[in-house]
Amino acid sequence: MSLKGMLSIWFFVGCLLTIYGLLILIAGIQDYSSQQTAGYVLPGLHLQVWWGVGLFIMGCVYVVRFRPRRTK
Amino acid sequence: MIFHTPALYSLYMAGSSLMALRPVDLAIIALYFVLVLGLGLYLRKFANTGEEFFMAGREMTAWIAGLSFISANLGSLEMMGYAAATYQYGILIGHAYWLAAIPAILFLSLVMLPFYYICKTHSVPGYLQLRYGEGARSVSAVSFAVMTILMSGINMYSMAIIMKVILGWNIHFSIWISSLTVGIYVMAGGLLSAIFNEVLQFMLIWAGCLVIPIAGLIETGGWSGMVHRISQNFPGQDFTHMWRTMGSAANNPMGVHWTGMVFGWGIAISFGYWTTDFLVVQRVMAAKDLRSAQMGTLIGGFFKMLVPLIVIVPGLLALAVLPFKLVPESMVNVAGAHTYNEALPLMLARYCGPGLLGLGVTALIAGFMSGMAGNVSAFATVWTYDIYKPLIRKTANDAHYLSMGRWCTLLGVIVSIGTAYLVMNFSSIIVYAQALFVFFIVPMFGTVVLGMMWKRTTPAAGFWGLLTGILFSCSLWLWVKFDPSALRYVAFSPHAKDMAENVYRAMWTLIVNVVVTVVVTLFTTPKPEKELAGLVYGLTPVPSMGDLPIFKRPVVWAAALGVAFVILNIIFW
Repeated sequence: MSLKGMLSIWFFVGCLLTIYGLLILIAGIQDYSSQQTAGYVLPGLHLQVWWGVGLFIMGCVYVVRFRPRRTK
Repeated sequence: MIFHTPALYSLYMAGSSLMALRPVDLAIIALYFVLVLGLGLYLRKFANTGEEFFMAGREMTAWIAGLSFISANLGSLEMMGYAAATYQYGILIGHAYWLAAIPAILFLSLVMLPFYYICKTHSVPGYLQLRYGEGARSVSAVSFAVMTILMSGINMYSMAIIMKVILGWNIHFSIWISSLTVGIYVMAGGLLSAIFNEVLQFMLIWAGCLVIPIAGLIETGGWSGMVHRISQNFPGQDFTHMWRTMGSAANNPMGVHWTGMVFGWGIAISFGYWTTDFLVVQRVMAAKDLRSAQMGTLIGGFFKMLVPLIVIVPGLLALAVLPFKLVPESMVNVAGAHTYNEALPLMLARYCGPGLLGLGVTALIAGFMSGMAGNVSAFATVWTYDIYKPLIRKTANDAHYLSMGRWCTLLGVIVSIGTAYLVMNFSSIIVYAQALFVFFIVPMFGTVVLGMMWKRTTPAAGFWGLLTGILFSCSLWLWVKFDPSALRYVAFSPHAKDMAENVYRAMWTLIVNVVVTVVVTLFTTPKPEKELAGLVYGLTPVPSMGDLPIFKRPVVWAAALGVAFVILNIIFW
């Protein structure tokens, strides 16, 4: 046997990071637009938005680079 | 290699909860559980033989083997423990990631891996059997099996306690949900599942925890701003230099002289852990060829050097920015007090809003579950190949041993759950487990390295050196436990803290192990040289890498890692 035909771990990593990035980005935008007082320091940095965008882009790169392809 | 679980137990008894999660955080955690279960079930069809189940088919690339190698040592217990220790002892704890890791990783990659890899053993006890015979293998295999299962249970219990403390989750819910998940995915895919989850854990830990140093250093105005705030908060104490205060044990918060740091932690504990603890070595032994195994180890080494960014810096930031002082475990019942162990979760709560908090908590959960999976998969391999096969059923087909591996994975998880509940009732067991765990692997290093480097070492010497080292280590620990004044002999200082005592005990253990092995060797008969081919330096043809481009040679990257290690130590001197 061999591991040929197996999806790359990086593909799974990419999927997870993409979804996480999207969820964190949405949460960040909601947090930004709400009038509630933030329960954490440095809310002005909008870390969730930046982190969400970063994870989303990184995840997309991994998904595209390691996506399943048809073998000849 | 640092555990503060008894203190976590105290926290649990205090009944506090640090954070409140929102739906987006819970969705992030739930998604992680769905993915790891799906991944385990998907990988089942790729684990159909013993080699595939126990050694991941020996087809891992250098990157996957390397990240898995380093993740096996990046559990949440270590992360939270070292962040807490940084709050207590300062940047001295950074030695855990540099002095107590990089030289040993270089030694493993360049010197020891060729022997492990060429003899095609399934485990480190398996190497001892080839080199010394059944006696040495049985001692190491049984000790290792007991330790892995204990550590798996302790990981499970610690995770349940932390989830209770941080999030207020039910302790039984945490134990059962995590153990069932780990049991399903390791039983299905074996080492392949464990390795894949470790790679996933590695990415999550960085994605979840890197936010702390970035936000923290912005808040404090960079490294110099952080150092300035620490010196304001703790005048007269040096928390930010790694070597400057170690000329005398009385000058640093850990109470250790540089000799203990270098010979105890930097050599005895570190080389024992990184080169002979099968839990970590198994990861690189699963690489597709020797070069990938060596490069994987070095890739792990580079990342290991960066880990202080997400563990040590948060501990230092806690010293700089928290408006209150964290307290020792003994003061946990003081109203509103937070203990050292809460340093990392407190920093997570300080900088992470909704979503990011869920990611951070998922990273911690992933770290615990991957710690359990690593222990359970290593247990399955050692039990099947080093206990069941040689001692119980010698002649069976591969399918039988594969089936045994799957069932003993389940058995390992069930026993781990039992251990978790045992620890819940007798939390002092953890203290014993820690001592035995650390000092079982130190004599193992002496035995393995003498066997590899000196062809004269005899089977009797290997067995007696290992056994004497383990017994001596336990005796030394008991001596200090029953007579604390013995600390002035063991650690050269009556004021030595727990960690200082550990490093000196490791040093003495290694010395005794080596002396006994050498003396017994001189009075007993060695194995004929033809039986040592592939096992011993000088009798093993190591494949040449001379035809590879220079940037693909492990020795070049090892040199780069060594130079980076020296530069970092000079910068933070």
